Amino acid sequence: MTYNGILQLNGCLFWKRDCHAFSLLRPTIPSRHPNNEDVVMGKGVCLLLPMITLENVTKIYRADGHTTNAVENVSFTVNEGELAVLIGPSGSGKTTTMRMMNRLEEATSGVISVNGRNIRSMNVVELRRNIGYVIQQGGLFPHFTVAENVSIVPRLLGWNKKRQRQRAEELLALVDLDPSVFADRFPRQLSGGQQQRVGVARALAADAPIILMDEPFGAVDPITRNQLQRWLRQIQRDVRKTIVFVTHDINEAFLLGDRIILMKDGQIQQNGTPADLLRHPASDFVKEFIGDEFALQALEHTYIAELATTEVPAMPDDGLVISGDLSIPEASREITQSESTGHEGFWVSNGNGEPDGYVTYEEFASVISEGIASDVENENRDEINPELIGKENAKPDAISPR
Amino acid sequence: MPSQMQYLLDNPERVLELTWDHIQLVGVAILVATAIGVPLGILIHRVRWLQLPVLNLSGLLYTVPSLAFFAILIPYTGIGKTTATTALAVYSLLAIVRNTSAGLDEVDRASVDAANGMGMTAFQRLRLVELPLALPYILTGIRIATVAGISIAAIAAVIGAGGLGRLIFDGIRTVDANRIIAGSIMCILLALIADFGIGRLSLLIRRDLRASAERGS
Repeated sequence: MTYNGILQLNGCLFWKRDCHAFSLLRPTIPSRHPNNEDVVMGKGVCLLLPMITLENVTKIYRADGHTTNAVENVSFTVNEGELAVLIGPSGSGKTTTMRMMNRLEEATSGVISVNGRNIRSMNVVELRRNIGYVIQQGGLFPHFTVAENVSIVPRLLGWNKKRQRQRAEELLALVDLDPSVFADRFPRQLSGGQQQRVGVARALAADAPIILMDEPFGAVDPITRNQLQRWLRQIQRDVRKTIVFVTHDINEAFLLGDRIILMKDGQIQQNGTPADLLRHPASDFVKEFIGDEFALQALEHTYIAELATTEVPAMPDDGLVISGDLSIPEASREITQSESTGHEGFWVSNGNGEPDGYVTYEEFASVISEGIASDVENENRDEINPELIGKENAKPDAISPR
Repeated sequence: MPSQMQYLLDNPERVLELTWDHIQLVGVAILVATAIGVPLGILIHRVRWLQLPVLNLSGLLYTVPSLAFFAILIPYTGIGKTTATTALAVYSLLAIVRNTSAGLDEVDRASVDAANGMGMTAFQRLRLVELPLALPYILTGIRIATVAGISIAAIAAVIGAGGLGRLIFDGIRTVDANRIIAGSIMCILLALIADFGIGRLSLLIRRDLRASAERGS
């Protein structure tokens, strides 16, 4: 079972699904990153290492005498192994922000660093080959077979044919597509969901430490999208890449994100864990965005009364009381709109006013996360061979979180 | 067998020789036009402001009547094959340049974006992604140019370039309809074969098109 919950430390809130001790195995890193935040977990030490850093990044488009500030003075950090979701309404600058990370767009001002290096000082081809890239519908090349699509970056890197093929088959197995069936098909012979998986496999092929995903599941039907989301969460648990994921779907953001960066009009509205956004929305816009769009369909039929513990701490005057017959989405709406979020949890009433149950926000947030992903937990993933995923992420002596 | 086919049956060697002449004439012209036209198409796809002047110029050249064109070229390239090939290549340019540029424009944005995003150089993107995806368009351009070239080349016999035009002009001069018919039939046959053959070429090169064509039939 994965460690799941919220860790409060030094005033920061960390939401860690699981924690790998990978950083202990990298002696060079502490000197490079003096500002590491150490998070002490039950089973080891996790250093949250900044992998992608944006400092005061601005992107201005000039066309026909007009200037548009697509991205304004944006700063944030994505740590190693973290899945950061960039979310916002259309025109919010989320895609532009992501595309500046592999220099598909050049920042007008500001500094973007990847692994401690300013990307402007790097060769752009080199930079991109170290960053996997997945776009809507996978962006597969229609004239290449599935295997050729997957091994295109290894091909660019000059691997021999045999090794390319071998790698493609490994990756297809990893993304749950039988190589003997799919390797020699062409993209148009695949369903949308299958194409999307191939797109992810392609991004993983050269074992780049970072993957950028631009609304990858935007063009598939809702059921397939949900399957792909769960599947990606599982994959991410195995490969632990640093992922930047652009979406406009708040459900997707809450399901996948370790960190959610909510943008509007080129500016960051809030940067935090899903629990942060839920508990401490930074503005009315955040409240509205979460409240209106956070449908949490999978949890519509889970009621607060089912979560409540009978050990009820004494309720302070400003304690928040939630009716036990509210569903989880209804309750989360109440919580985001209430003023009294200064406590560790909320009290649950069943009918006649007097609270007889208690739910911590930690528990509440983890139920949301687990609830959406509950089917994933039941899937048997033992057939995945960690050697397929790349040595960096499958250190034999890494402490297993399970 | 109708008597009109008599010439064809009586002189198969002569007809085949002239047909081979004709193929060479058009073939060389198309090769030259492709060698110039495809890079030019790539250029105007990349450098947008060149698009209008280049297409307009080649469109203008295309409208010059072929006889006049031969006449204009003779002072520079003399009488014979060189002049005919040059004129044919210039005529072919328009279709090839325009279709190359249009084909590249039609390449799915997502494929180009993916190619850039995974770190292809501009040349790798062109070679591995854009040209293969634009191939059906480019081949259509070559096909149109070839079919048109086969008929225009018949006129080139006037300036001593040989080919099936010889039969036709000889027929006119000697009032021998059979020769005219023989030359025309061979021209039509050539055009049909070229049309079909080049049409199939994209299936030969693009395995994915072949796969879906096989599935569809």
